[in-house]
Order: sequence, then structure tokens, then C-alpha cells
Amino acid sequence: MSDIILETKGLTKHYGGVHALNDADFVLQKGEHVAIMGDNGAGKSTFVRQITGVEQRTSGEVIFDGQPVHFSGPIDAREAGIETVFQTLALADHLDVPDNLFLGREKTKFDWLGPFRFLDYKAMRKDTMGALEKTGVKIPNIRNTIERMSGGQRQCVAIARTASFASKLTIMDEPTAALGVQETAQVENIIRSLKEQGEPLILISHNMRQVMDLVDRIIVFRRGRIVANLRKEETDGQDVVAYITGAKTGAEYEGAA
Amino acid sequence: MADTSHGTGGLPFDEKKRSIPGEVNIFFALILIVVIFEVLGQVLPYMDNQSFLFDTRDRFDSIFNEARLRIIILQVSIIGIIALGVTQVIISGGIDLSSGPLVGATAMIVMSFAQTEFVNGNPNPKAVFGEWAFDLPVLIPVLVGLAFGAFIGAINGSLIAYTRIPPFIATLGMFLICRGIAQAWTRGKPVSFPTEGYAALGKGMMPVFWFIGLAFVLHIIMRYTIHGKHTYAVGSNEDAARMSGINVQRHKVRVYMIASMLAAFAAVILSSKNLTAQSGMGIFYELYAIAMAVIGGVSLTGGRGSIIGTVLGAMVFGVIQSGFTYVKLDAFFQLMAMGAIIISAVVLDKYRQERAATRS
Repeated sequence: MSDIILETKGLTKHYGGVHALNDADFVLQKGEHVAIMGDNGAGKSTFVRQITGVEQRTSGEVIFDGQPVHFSGPIDAREAGIETVFQTLALADHLDVPDNLFLGREKTKFDWLGPFRFLDYKAMRKDTMGALEKTGVKIPNIRNTIERMSGGQRQCVAIARTASFASKLTIMDEPTAALGVQETAQVENIIRSLKEQGEPLILISHNMRQVMDLVDRIIVFRRGRIVANLRKEETDGQDVVAYITGAKTGAEYEGAA
Repeated sequence: MADTSHGTGGLPFDEKKRSIPGEVNIFFALILIVVIFEVLGQVLPYMDNQSFLFDTRDRFDSIFNEARLRIIILQVSIIGIIALGVTQVIISGGIDLSSGPLVGATAMIVMSFAQTEFVNGNPNPKAVFGEWAFDLPVLIPVLVGLAFGAFIGAINGSLIAYTRIPPFIATLGMFLICRGIAQAWTRGKPVSFPTEGYAALGKGMMPVFWFIGLAFVLHIIMRYTIHGKHTYAVGSNEDAARMSGINVQRHKVRVYMIASMLAAFAAVILSSKNLTAQSGMGIFYELYAIAMAVIGGVSLTGGRGSIIGTVLGAMVFGVIQSGFTYVKLDAFFQLMAMGAIIISAVVLDKYRQERAATRS
């Protein structure tokens, strides 16, 4: 098998007459961290939604882990190994940290009881502590409910949830958009630890410093098309901004937008 | 250092500042209400120095007014059984208005399978079916009742989960349908004279034992099983639950089925206790059951509440109802006062939650 974890060929999405995503060719290597940048409405989120099965693509191909895939929904994608941290946090506010981490995949005892099988709280708490330590997330009391936590802690729980399950690919859609300085740093630490563990990541972000700090490669979207594919070492902030605003277009994408 | 096992990153956690569980507040409210009625009993000029819950006749065997305690707990038990099911419906973010009429319909149906052939040597004057339905073993009417409850609950749940109509509308429709079934079953005639075995189910203090036993089972289910956890998750954030791979639709059907089966079982106990079934049974029960849950701290927006809370809420409900009678409040005013109390319970709870949210 090759080293490519995710590949899209000619991925296209039209909403009626609106061409939100056109002919996107994208390759992600195993262990690679890639940032997707672009203005609002450039097609970043649309691109991610086609990969994770939240929406059904108009045309094109998605190849995940060597197999052409057609996810019917985000749960499908998750089962295949794509974990997504959405802009709107998918956490249950009234439950505590282990409950949220294990939501939908609880550890249970007495499985013959079917829907009334017992939860193994002890094992889940232990694994939660492990997962949080591993990702460096600081939570004073994991048995507090999510509604009692700060925005940063919530985001960290959401990300730890993603990271703590052996996934083949993690996608984060603006994970630090609503966070303070310290909280952002914590989330970035988690992302670095993912890198050390060799887990591939697609990061959607508007934060140039963050992107330059964290990722190997930057993909720029503009008006529904990929207009640049830049290695971090070969570019700088100004350069990327030029691509985002349309002052420049990558040589191989000439005539695309 | 108890907190080290519950936190990461070495951040301080003040164990003392942990919020008090809501159930403790309800318990204190219960005591407060008892005290209020005791004081009223001493203060009101026409009360003749009686005590509300304590013995005033200088008996040597008990300090309590056992007769009243017994009535309170018995009154609460049957509606309490319904409230247990309604609790998990509300926690899941729904509402069930059909439980009262379901009690009426189930009582009529079940009693038809529980009749005895001869009453004092004469043929049963209220017989619904022919000879084959007389003197059946107790288990048959009970199973018929539970099956009917499960059937109604499955319809409620499926409507809500698959057609996505609001639970309020689905169960309001079922409210009318069930009352209709109750009346159509015998064209309004009562069904009476059950077998001895059936009558034993709700005899004496039996409803109380059923209530306590079922409350225990439901508490375990809500607290320690996957069904309970998913019920909270669905009520707390349905999208998150769905994204996590929980089959939300199937889960809702199960929640409503359990609720309706508990209401059906309450009908069995009620008809057994009264030795008769009438189409008008269970009027207002759905509202009382919801009130018990709400007084017990179950949030109507879903995700919050507990069985212990509902049991305490049921006790508060019973004590208030009995207290009104004790202070000789006119029956016409009792309903109004009850309504006012339910509204204040929700307002108080909302205020408390908002305060808790801003503090953290």
C-alpha cells in the first residue's frame, strides 16, 4: 500500500447553481499535517463536508486508505476512521467528561442485558484520565458536567475525544476560533502531540501564525477551487495571503480561478 | 487528596465548592413544606391544635399520624409509577401527555381479562367477554396490559422519532385516542369483579411496594445502564448523540415504550386496588405525573433530572395535596393552589440553573 491516506480526484459540489467546490484534487500522506486556508465561502468547509459524508458530493472521487469510499453520513466516516471536530461542538452539556468521551461507544459490563447493559464507569474514567494526560489537556475535575467548563476546556474535551480513539485521520474545522490565548495554546499542544504520534490531520484555520507553527503543507482555496499547494518551508505569511486574496495563483493551477 | 483521581494537569479543584445535587434541595423543600403545614395547624384558629404528621392522641406505639402518612404515600404511589416513566421521557427531551387516558384504556381492557365468573354465586353482571375470559391466571391480564402499553408507546415513539412531529402533538393525539378506546371498549359501562388473584396485586399497601420497587429499578437503569446514559445524551444534545453513533430514533421509541408500559402497569394496580375499571379513570394523571417530575427537578428542556428527584417530587406532591385537605382548604381552591405551586417550582428551578451557570 502506498503512503497516501486520503486522496480526492475532481471532487465537486454544486448547491443548485452555486459551484461551491470545483474539481478539487487533493492528496494527504500518512502522518502529514495539512492546513486548509481561504476566505469565507472559498469552499473549505464544503470540501470537508464531502469527505466526512455530512453532504453527498456532486461528482468526483474520494479514496481513503487505498479504498474508494462513499460515506452515507458522518457516522459512516467515523467508523472508517475519520474523526472530525466540528465548529459546533458535538458535546452533551449535561454529561461529564468520560460520558462525552465515550458517548456512543461506552465500555459496558453484562452485555447480555442488551440496551440495559451496565456502564463500566471505572474503566471509562481510567481511560479518560489516560487520554487527557496523553493529549496534555488540563481539567480540574473530569466528573464535572460540560456546561460548567470554559470554552477552551470544552474544545479540549472535544479534541481529546477525537484524539483518544485510534483514528486514521483527524479533521478539525477552526478548532480555536472562539478561544482565548491560553486555551488556543492548549489546543495547539494537542495538535503537536498528534503530529508526534504520526496521526495525519487536516486543519481548517484562519490563523496564519497557527498554521505556520503547526502544519507541513498549506492548501489555499479560492472561489471553490484549490489555487495553491505550498510547502511550509517554501512560503511565508504574505505569500499565502496573496494566494488567498487572489493576487497570486499557483503555477500548476493557472487558469483555474 | 480525593480530587487527584478526578482531574488532570494539576489544576486545583475545591471539593467543598462542588455544587449540591438538586435532590438535596428538594428534600429540604419537602421538610420545609411539612413544617409549614405543622405551623399552620397550630396557628389557624379553626384547627383545634391537631398535628399534620405527628400523633396527637398520645398513642404509645408511634409518634406519627400513621393514617395520614399511609394515605399520602398510597395516593402518590400509582401516579408515581407513571411519573417514573414520564421522567425518562422528559429527560430525553420529550413529553408524554397520553399517560392518563392510557391508564383509563388499559384498566378497561385489562379488567375484561381479569373477571371472575361468579359473584356471590351469581353470574358476573359486568361480564365483557364470554366464558373463556373468566378466571384466567393473573399473569394474563397483566401481560395484556403491558403489551397494550408497549403498543401505544411504540406508536408514540415511532411518530415522534420517524415523522419528527413534536412530542406534544403526537401524545396529545394519543391522549384523545386512548380516552376514546376507554369509552368505546364497553360503551362507557364499568368493568368489575376481578379474580382474587388480580385483586391481590393492588391490595392494601401493595401499590407502595410496586412504586418503591419500580423506582429502584428505574433508578438503576437511568444511572448505570447504557439506556439511561443515552437518554440523557439525547435530551442534552440530540445532534451530538446522533454524531456519536447513537441510534436516536430507536432510542426514542424505547423511551416512550417504557413510559407507556409503566402507565399501563399503573392501570393494572389502580384497577386492582379499586376492584373496578371505569373509562374515566386516570383523569389529570398525565399532568400530575409531569408535575411530580418537574417538582423533582427534571428539566423540561431535557438532559437533567433523576429518578430520586421524581420520587421526592412525588412525596412533595402528596404532602401538599394532603396538607391542603388537612388545613381544610376548599377542594375548589386546591387545584388552583396546585397549579401555582407547579409554576413556582419550574420558575425556581430555572432561576437556580441560571445562577449556577453564571457562577461557573
